[in-house]
Amino acid sequence: MVELFRGIKVDWLGKRKLFFAISIVLLGIGMASLLYKGEFRYGLDFKGGTVVTVKFAENVDAGAIRNVLPEASIQAIQTSEGSKFQIELGKAAENEDASVGRQTVTAALEKAFPGKFTVEGSESVSAKVGGDLRRGAVMATLWALIGILIYIALRFEWIYGAAAVFAVFHDTLVTLGFFSLFNYEINLTVIAALLTLVGYSVNDTIVVFDRVRENLKTRRRDDFEAILNDSINQTLSRTILTSGLTFLTVLALFIFGGEIINNFAFAMVVGIIVGTYSSVAVAAPLVLIYTNARKPKAMAVKQR
Amino acid sequence: MSKRIRIRALIIVAVTIACILRFAGVPPSIEGLKKNIRLGLDLKGGTQLVLQVNVDDALKATTNQTIEALRAQMEKDSISVAQIVPTAVDTFEARGVDAAKDSDFRNMIEGTYSQEWEIVSSDSTAGKTYTVRMKMRTATELRSQAVDQALRTIENRVNALGVAEPVIQKRGGPGENEIIVQFPGLDDPEYVKGIIGKAAILELKLVQGTSFYSTRDAAIQQFGGILPANLEILESAKAEQGGSKVFWVVNKVAAVTGRDLKNASVSRDENGRPAVSFHLNAAGAQRFGDLTGANVGRLLAIVLDSQVVSAPRLNSRITDNGIITGGGAGFNPDEARDLALVLRSGALPASMTPLQEAVVGASLGADSIRHGLVASVVALGAVVAFVLFYYRASGINATVAMILNLVVLFGAMAYIGATLTLPGIAGVILTIGVGIDSNVLIFERIREELRAGKTAVSSVATSFSRVFVTLVDTHLAALISAIFLFWFGTGAIKGFAVTLVIGLVSNMFTAVFVSKTLFEIVLNRKERTDTLSI
Repeated sequence: MVELFRGIKVDWLGKRKLFFAISIVLLGIGMASLLYKGEFRYGLDFKGGTVVTVKFAENVDAGAIRNVLPEASIQAIQTSEGSKFQIELGKAAENEDASVGRQTVTAALEKAFPGKFTVEGSESVSAKVGGDLRRGAVMATLWALIGILIYIALRFEWIYGAAAVFAVFHDTLVTLGFFSLFNYEINLTVIAALLTLVGYSVNDTIVVFDRVRENLKTRRRDDFEAILNDSINQTLSRTILTSGLTFLTVLALFIFGGEIINNFAFAMVVGIIVGTYSSVAVAAPLVLIYTNARKPKAMAVKQR
Repeated sequence: MSKRIRIRALIIVAVTIACILRFAGVPPSIEGLKKNIRLGLDLKGGTQLVLQVNVDDALKATTNQTIEALRAQMEKDSISVAQIVPTAVDTFEARGVDAAKDSDFRNMIEGTYSQEWEIVSSDSTAGKTYTVRMKMRTATELRSQAVDQALRTIENRVNALGVAEPVIQKRGGPGENEIIVQFPGLDDPEYVKGIIGKAAILELKLVQGTSFYSTRDAAIQQFGGILPANLEILESAKAEQGGSKVFWVVNKVAAVTGRDLKNASVSRDENGRPAVSFHLNAAGAQRFGDLTGANVGRLLAIVLDSQVVSAPRLNSRITDNGIITGGGAGFNPDEARDLALVLRSGALPASMTPLQEAVVGASLGADSIRHGLVASVVALGAVVAFVLFYYRASGINATVAMILNLVVLFGAMAYIGATLTLPGIAGVILTIGVGIDSNVLIFERIREELRAGKTAVSSVATSFSRVFVTLVDTHLAALISAIFLFWFGTGAIKGFAVTLVIGLVSNMFTAVFVSKTLFEIVLNRKERTDTLSI
């Protein structure tokens, strides 16, 4: 039998101050990066504008394109032959036809490089759409968190739900911080990734809580902290294995999935690591802190 | 093998075969797969437009029609009024209503127009001024009708163009008035956009005077500087002989409109140039006959989207058919064909603003498919290699469960007609990862029970019943967020949410039912040797 983790007895909860410090540092780095940069790097679907992907049969210098489209930002894409560029124009005016940008780019290129390029794809989003979308994304995430909070609160106790959701919220913030730090673009697929992570990273937490519930039934006299620690240790091999396997799959997506899905994959790669960490380092300690805080009061009530 | 296990095994085999036949066709083939798994535009290439229907246009048009009708009726009942002007898309003001006929006016609005309109305020300075507003219910109805009608019109036009497998749907919640249009395989949207975006409001209006004017001012001068309220000045659609556009003074009220059309087709004018001939329905023919009969010798402007296409002389009474020529400049054959098409398909009730436009070239889509396939194969390979190494023979169990999970996922997607998008492929890869999660949870529990000294049979039984509760909790929590994702998402993101939801549900089947049955088959065969390779 191949085994990676057997008979582990780590005092996870004893290290809770260290974990909190790590979390605060992680959140702080993200926050500092965001404050420094002022804003996330939003994708087209959130900020509006036009991106045209153009392929040239021969080698073309980005400068040559910049000459004819001075207002555009131009990004070269790796390709096996010729040259390929993503040409981005800022957002069109309010209420303006979304396709104006595409026409501007093709007209300018047609003049400078007649017949030498093909438009591989383009996307235009009017300025109006972005704001609605950002609100929608935030609302969907909040509702998902509330839904999970209610579900876990019903299945366990409310503090378990609150701790799990707090941990997941922490994961979302840390992941967003990484997006700012590494200058990855936040687009619709990233929101999809974040919502998936909300569902996924709460899994690890539920597995631990489930074991706590089971252990509480059989070990009524034991110290709660010991039960929590044992529950984490008992499920640790499973936690590491499954996170590792899911991590493998999203890593494949990150490496081989191509340009379009890259931001999504980055969110998943970061989120799965943070999500695994937080179920041990954030969710469980929160439950313990709450329970400890309540204990003296409960005893006081009894004595009276 | 016990009867119970045999039945379970049969169910699994039946589900597997049914799913494979569902997504790969009968008999299974690559062609069948291509037919049953619908690819999104981001994978197969094509154009997607999101159009916002400017529904206020429909309100504005109704308000204007009402003003004209009211003006005519007041004239008939000799209630004098200084002005009736629209003040908002759904509101107009009647200024300077004859004080003596005040109650007549009120009765008119509260009688004939009470279904749709109400007087919201009145004030008595300088004659009586009434503010009349469209009722909320009417406005709401008009707005939703406008979107429905726009949808039908676009459908008609796209079908007439013969675009393959178009998707035309309403999108967004109430008040969003958006239409999403997809054209697979089309990577130059300009032409189609021109066709579907054309309002194509046809109006036949009598011309005042005998000719056009070269400037707007010149036209107004003919009326002493103030244009009468029942007239308007319209520009010509094309430049006339002089090389610039000209202006016509026409009646505001159209005698016949596009709504009276029965049919329109390409034909030729008397000089053999392309033209569009049209037929009117019975009501339209009646009105057209009255109009042309009473105005022989005058000019009739053919107005399309508020531009005068041509203004032929009425030589005799015409009833149910007519011809639209391109005026001095003439139509080219394509123009005539497109005009006939948009007239046949009906007018758009409101203008549309493109909110989003995405064009995916076929090569870009093919790239995405290739990337998605490579990532899926690598992910699957890595996971299979690991579980086989780590769990030995039981790894086969997990592998079978995982592959069945994918089979059921694709079967269900084909069954509900879901679209596979690039994010959807990411969802499939995640299903691999999350699916194996359930198996690992179970296997680790079995190992734990075995270490505690239980027999293989009882370890398997206990583990499955214990872990089942956990699996329900984790899957439901993940479902909650996937459902909110579906609710929030549009297009490709919805595709991702759908794969995720189906993947989660089918995983409950494969990780619990299939995996447990496989264990039982193995343990049953071994009979007395109470060991398990895990």
